[in-house]
Amino acid sequence: MSFLSIDHVSKYFPSHSGNGTVCIFEKVTVKINKGEFVTVIGHSGCGKSTLLNIIAGLETPTEGGAILNGQEVSGPGLDRMVVFQNFALMPWMTVFQNVAIAVRSAYPTWSSQEIKAHVQKYITLVGLQGAETKKPTALSGGMKQRVGLARAFSIEPKVLLLDEPFAQIDALTRGVIQEELVQMWNATRNTVFMVTHDVDEAILLSDRIMLMTNGPSARIAEIVDVTIPRPRSRETIIDDEHYYKIRNHIIHFLVRHASHGQTDEGGDHAEPSDPVEINFSRQSTNKDETVMSH
Amino acid sequence: MGSKSTQHPFFVSVFFLGIFLFVWHVATISPPFDPTGKTDEELLVMEFNGDIVQTDGGGYAWNPEKEKVKGVPGPMTVLEKAWVELNEAFVIKGTNDHGIAFLVGYTVSRFSVGFLVASGVAILVGIILGLNQMLFRALNPFIQILKPISPLAWMPLLLYTVKDPKWTAILVVFMAAIWPTLATTAFGVNSLRKEYLQVAAILQLSWFKRLYKVILPGAAPTIVNGLRISFGSALVAVVPAEMLLGELGVGYLSWIEWNNLDIAGVLFAILVVGTVGVLLDSGFNKLAGLVTYRE
Repeated sequence: MSFLSIDHVSKYFPSHSGNGTVCIFEKVTVKINKGEFVTVIGHSGCGKSTLLNIIAGLETPTEGGAILNGQEVSGPGLDRMVVFQNFALMPWMTVFQNVAIAVRSAYPTWSSQEIKAHVQKYITLVGLQGAETKKPTALSGGMKQRVGLARAFSIEPKVLLLDEPFAQIDALTRGVIQEELVQMWNATRNTVFMVTHDVDEAILLSDRIMLMTNGPSARIAEIVDVTIPRPRSRETIIDDEHYYKIRNHIIHFLVRHASHGQTDEGGDHAEPSDPVEINFSRQSTNKDETVMSH
Repeated sequence: MGSKSTQHPFFVSVFFLGIFLFVWHVATISPPFDPTGKTDEELLVMEFNGDIVQTDGGGYAWNPEKEKVKGVPGPMTVLEKAWVELNEAFVIKGTNDHGIAFLVGYTVSRFSVGFLVASGVAILVGIILGLNQMLFRALNPFIQILKPISPLAWMPLLLYTVKDPKWTAILVVFMAAIWPTLATTAFGVNSLRKEYLQVAAILQLSWFKRLYKVILPGAAPTIVNGLRISFGSALVAVVPAEMLLGELGVGYLSWIEWNNLDIAGVLFAILVVGTVGVLLDSGFNKLAGLVTYRE
């Protein structure tokens, strides 16, 4: 029994023509262990954010469901905190207030001193001490998302859901924050479900990367084990023997699915096949079999 | 001519004011009475009619009492009138002759009560409609019909119903102030970025906390815009309401001066209405600045 599982989840939206529905993705099944960092990569519009929102309880699946710790997800809750692509900080609150409102909700019995100390701890953890009384408008994109991360980590959720968290941050800052996230995650070992289209980001952070085909009727086609030992940093991972194999594999997958639109494999998806598991450590022993299997 | 910081707009304002006053003054100067070509009998009739008066030197001049209602008074006349009125600002001479300070006070309090009550109702109903898409769409046609109705059009009905001009004037302000705030509040709450509500939902905030920590502050800039429109339309409505209902106030002042055929008084009243508007508006902007935020 895995910690978090997405069980045969399908999502249909009403089609633009009015009658009928469009299938975003079908019968997606993912199993995530406790303390695991799993990433979904796919092109825009493949439904990966919808999948994340279903785990968060912000959207309801048409079929199937998400199960966390043996309980089916029926709505949003403090045990699954989302880090939003556009930060979703309340612009009328200061940095401190933005984190404090989360802490106060998560620990309603705490005294105001306890809450203050806890908020301060996480603001310091993301390196924003001194900016507590600033409003989000006064912060750069990178600093805003640090507040978003502080807010998410501060309530110590069972699962962290990162929805393209660094997509709106400039490339130089992005790298720095990614490493900060690695450190925070190393300290807490939260279970993380991330959605991104940044391949390097996925490799740096994830234990496993799920590759999603394009919609409509998207599915998770492959699961890549990131066989690069931790601790990882942006400098050292590029020297790992598997880094470029993994990177190239993912990029080939994405390019293939960008040009063809519909996948060139699996036929008409009457019954979506199980995702292919890719592991470059195992591959060195029985290389032919794995490569040929898809 | 480079625009330097030394060219303060204040001086340009003063310059234009000077030109305006000068043109006004020149345009309203009436030539002194010229008796040439008139017979003694004609002069006698004119004096008898009160058009002219005999001066100390034995000649004739225009009757200054009649001058007041002849043509548009010049700036000096209005200034004189203003001086007199302001000196008597706190004097009550009779039931209908209260000092200008009292009149301003009546108008401001009448306006404030109507505007505040209307705003409270409008924000409350607006939030309910903004949060409930179905209800909003069901009630929107009615709002659209009620919104463009001039608040003064309600007056006969209101007067008939409440039978009290004092309350009718307040209700006219109420009717003028309610619709813009209601419509924009509903819109502002409805178009609140969904991430804010998602965060509130994840954090399991109570309904009440969600309202005053997220929804109200989030929609505040839009609500303030609605209030500003309401404010303007209520301010426009209060003057004719006072005129038509005969309720003491700055709008009434303008009408009573017209009834007295004191055009300088009418001009003074107009200036007072403008000044009251500016004062209320700046007070409003100060309050609005407290609740708005930038994204």
